[in-house]
Amino acid sequence: MESLPIKLLENLNALAGGLFLLCAFGMVATRQVRGCLHFFIAQALFLAMSAFILGALLHSWDVLAVGVINVITKPFLIPWVLQRNVRGEMYSRREIDQLLNIPTSLLIALALAIAACFLALPLLRAAGGGGFAAVNLPIGLAGLLLGAYTACVRRQAVPLLLGLLAMENSAFFAGIAIAPALPFLAEVAVTFDVLMLSFIVGLLTRTIHEHIGTTEVGALTTLQEQPQP
Amino acid sequence: MSLIAILVLPLAAMVLCLVPLEKISSTLAGWIAPVATLLAAAAVLALAIGDSLHVAAGNSIIAIANWIQLDGLSALILLLVGLVGTTAALFSWGYMARRAHGEKRRRLYYVHFNLFFFALLAVPLAVEPNLVWVAIEFTALFSVLLVAYENTHEALEAAWKYIAMMFMGAAIALFGFLILFWAFKLGGGVTYTWAGLRAAAPHMPPVLTKTAFLMILVGFGMKVGFVPMHTWLPDAHSQAPSPACALLSGLKTTVALYAILRLLPLLPPNHTATWLLTIGLISVGAASFLLLQVRDYKRLFAYSTVEHMGIICTAAGFGTASGYYGAIMQMLAHSVTKSFCFLAAGAAVLAVNTRQIASVRGLIRISPAAGAALLFGGLAIAGAPPFAVFLSEFSILKAGLMQGRYLATALLALFIGIAFFGILGGLNRMVFGRPMGDPPPPRTRLPFTCVLALLLGAVPILVLGVYQPRPLHELLNKAVATIHFQIEPGSRNGRRPAKRTTVGLTRRTGRPRTPTGKAP
Repeated sequence: MESLPIKLLENLNALAGGLFLLCAFGMVATRQVRGCLHFFIAQALFLAMSAFILGALLHSWDVLAVGVINVITKPFLIPWVLQRNVRGEMYSRREIDQLLNIPTSLLIALALAIAACFLALPLLRAAGGGGFAAVNLPIGLAGLLLGAYTACVRRQAVPLLLGLLAMENSAFFAGIAIAPALPFLAEVAVTFDVLMLSFIVGLLTRTIHEHIGTTEVGALTTLQEQPQP
Repeated sequence: MSLIAILVLPLAAMVLCLVPLEKISSTLAGWIAPVATLLAAAAVLALAIGDSLHVAAGNSIIAIANWIQLDGLSALILLLVGLVGTTAALFSWGYMARRAHGEKRRRLYYVHFNLFFFALLAVPLAVEPNLVWVAIEFTALFSVLLVAYENTHEALEAAWKYIAMMFMGAAIALFGFLILFWAFKLGGGVTYTWAGLRAAAPHMPPVLTKTAFLMILVGFGMKVGFVPMHTWLPDAHSQAPSPACALLSGLKTTVALYAILRLLPLLPPNHTATWLLTIGLISVGAASFLLLQVRDYKRLFAYSTVEHMGIICTAAGFGTASGYYGAIMQMLAHSVTKSFCFLAAGAAVLAVNTRQIASVRGLIRISPAAGAALLFGGLAIAGAPPFAVFLSEFSILKAGLMQGRYLATALLALFIGIAFFGILGGLNRMVFGRPMGDPPPPRTRLPFTCVLALLLGAVPILVLGVYQPRPLHELLNKAVATIHFQIEPGSRNGRRPAKRTTVGLTRRTGRPRTPTGKAP
């Protein structure tokens, strides 16, 4: 009788994983700053969902704490910090410039996700099988690569930051399954770090906008090495 | 308690810097921030010297068990941070008095300086790997506003590149640390510290350990500035105020590399050698050729940092006690010399108000102190005898030859030679010759604290090139023992920590020392 809710929870975790990955693809594909932020928030909520499920199944307060911290910080605190510093950027519905077009980006993202699955296989084999890591590790690895890709191709400051934050989301998505006993202090410190990063990047973006008149950080290319005359 | 005091002192100085005293007394406001910062840094240095002597004598220092402790390698890094932090704080006093626009901006600089200093100190003191990750990430977060301090187009661009690359590297390294924790638990580890990891290493699945090492190498490699992940480094290290550059180039890259070196005992050297040698040689090679075409003397020193990080990585890739000894010696020599070079570059900026190599001639006539310091720093960092870098590079080349890695050693020697000409070619044109302009720029006197900082900074560069005090030698040997493990085939996973470790080099012969302390 007990196996039924466990099976259900495992399936729910897999669903959360699938939706988490979908959000990562959404961040690659979306053309608007707010859309990118909404996908990031949704991704954080699916991470929290997975953390609650794993915390309950593993009876781990640390993992449950990750869920609580995520629900507080990612959907509320980080958007608040960003909107305080770069309000105009957040509420604009403008198209995001990126280095490659959307279909090409999606194809590359698909290749990265498949590569992540293959990269995770030997790790899972070495660890002696599946468990929750079999779901969370490949998805976390795929999320990490997609976040890095998003950060590389975006030229606007806020979507680039969200790509970086998605990388951290992904690391924790894998982390709650492979390292559920991680000391709570370390988790709190990492969260504080992410908040600090959002604040500092927000501040920097505002200063760039004030001094240079744009937040298109991809266009900042004055510091380049040139041969001596 | 001394370790806790070391962490508290910069924070206390930072709080003092936050107090807006301009409305009460402008004189007091002008003094309080630099004096508080300098006193805190000097006190940290004094405590670090005491703790390092304690560790060199064979003791360990524990402030909070399994969280804040000190061993051989961390004591050495702590000593470096204290030393460079003190000279940079002293130099900041005179430099920022001339360069900062307004009292508020100057206070802001010291607030960031102290926060950055605090984060740098936290890295060697933390022994829990995840906390080390956090501390290294804080070094980036607290220094980014120093990079952007000038608020120019270039500074803001550099700061943006810097923070983006830093956090991308941090996320990759975080994933690596999580996999490392996974491997640690699968290996039956109990206490998650550097020492606990080393104890559990023989039982950890090698695939997981290797993956974790590779991800941390790539992630922290971005922070170290390995090629091709170095693009942020010349920008950030050239745009920040010069004393902050001294911390960035002399310490921030070093503490990130320290975290990578900490992982070396977890894997057999033959597993890590290829990666370390490849990344190291590519970094040295690329930097040496880039040094030939640099037009900004602060960027010149920044590329030299890339070169030196590559040299340390290559030395670690040799995988022997003598290689590790050379790597740690090079870390030491690089930190003290590179920080001096950036202080000298700051002195040159004060004298001629430009960073372009082509715009400066006859610096020695315009400002003898700045010219002499720049020449001294250039010779020392390029690896000329009798300075510390020469000795460490020589020991690394010797370690490579002893290991039988002739091609890698030959390439390393070639790149070091190219870099030598790249560095000195540019600086030579600046220092000597007739000053440019009609009329030529007037002679400039540097602030007293800047000259004093340069004099103090020059002492370890000179001394370490000709003499190694016994406590420092012991500390270096202990640092080597921390990261070096002999591998014995046939144990579980094909490796087991050796019952004995070779500890550094004998003082006379320079050969690896046996456990009896005699050269083989």
